[in-house]
Amino acid sequence: MTGLALLAAINFHTLLFLLFAGLACGFAIGVVLADNVVRMALYLVLSLGATAGLFFLAGAEFIGAMQLMIYVGGTLVLLVFGVMLTAQAPFVSIKTSTGDRVLAGIVAASLLALLLQAAFSVDDWRRPALGEVAQPSATPLGMALLGARVDDPAAGVPATAARSGYLLPFEIVSVHLLVVLVGAAYLARAKRRRTPRAIEVAASVVEPRVARGAATGSASALVGGGSR
Amino acid sequence: MTFGIDACVSAVFAAGLLGEPVSVTHYLVVGAILFTAGIVCMAVKRNALGVLMGIELVLNGANVNFVAFASPYLRGEGAVSLGLDGQVIALFVILLAAAEAAVALAITLNFYNNHATVDIDRADDLKG
Repeated sequence: MTGLALLAAINFHTLLFLLFAGLACGFAIGVVLADNVVRMALYLVLSLGATAGLFFLAGAEFIGAMQLMIYVGGTLVLLVFGVMLTAQAPFVSIKTSTGDRVLAGIVAASLLALLLQAAFSVDDWRRPALGEVAQPSATPLGMALLGARVDDPAAGVPATAARSGYLLPFEIVSVHLLVVLVGAAYLARAKRRRTPRAIEVAASVVEPRVARGAATGSASALVGGGSR
Repeated sequence: MTFGIDACVSAVFAAGLLGEPVSVTHYLVVGAILFTAGIVCMAVKRNALGVLMGIELVLNGANVNFVAFASPYLRGEGAVSLGLDGQVIALFVILLAAAEAAVALAITLNFYNNHATVDIDRADDLKG
């Protein structure tokens, strides 16, 4: 095989899919294996960004854009803020015990085996794609959220079947989002307390529990640091 | 050297990795790996924010499956596709994940303010 023939034989959609899939899976495993919470946040950003690439490759360009804007740009920034607000020295890397790790590895292997077996079990899913080029999905999505369907019926569904839009779910989700954000603001509001430093009070309350032996070494180190 | 690369590429083609178009199963495998990583992350991490990251991974793995089933590109011959429904569900999952992250982060910060730690093994006030 010459180089040109090789180049012509490569399916570039498959090549890009393998690239993004490898990045997404690799960084997801990196999130699991990393102990440092800041690194976990970075790996999560990269994994979700690579997943957005997978969405683009599957023809869901609006979902991919939303993944980048809402998930990577919004939710994960929120998480990174949480990491920064709580990343005191004792909490940056909290180690898991080896027994838990081994147990989790066994559970993960069996769960993965189950899911892969299910993924390969249906013949319809394994047939290679026809590669139909569909129209961009942003306009049909927007119209469907307004209650009108302008997209072609899905394959296998008769064209005359009545299809509903998504106006009601859209309204429910929007009200849900509003309620949730009000609730989050209420939960995270700054409380006025009589004592100036709530954290130091909590540390002194924790101390007898440490003496009882309920907490781990890192906890006693924290309390030692707090009382100093 | 050239021969080595040639042999390598030929081996990849023999395995059917690069030459064949992607099917739904490829996406399901990626979704399964993301889901498993998220479950393990939720179960193993002792940092509350690590547990939150595990939840994000699980939701994302489910989203990959929805998008794959909805995709007109990946549909094989005679297979039924979810059509637009799958994409709308994926969109709703993204929105609800944002809401969930906001509330969970507020709870975590509250816990941090009250207990001065984010170690979830220390969240045992309700233990009998």
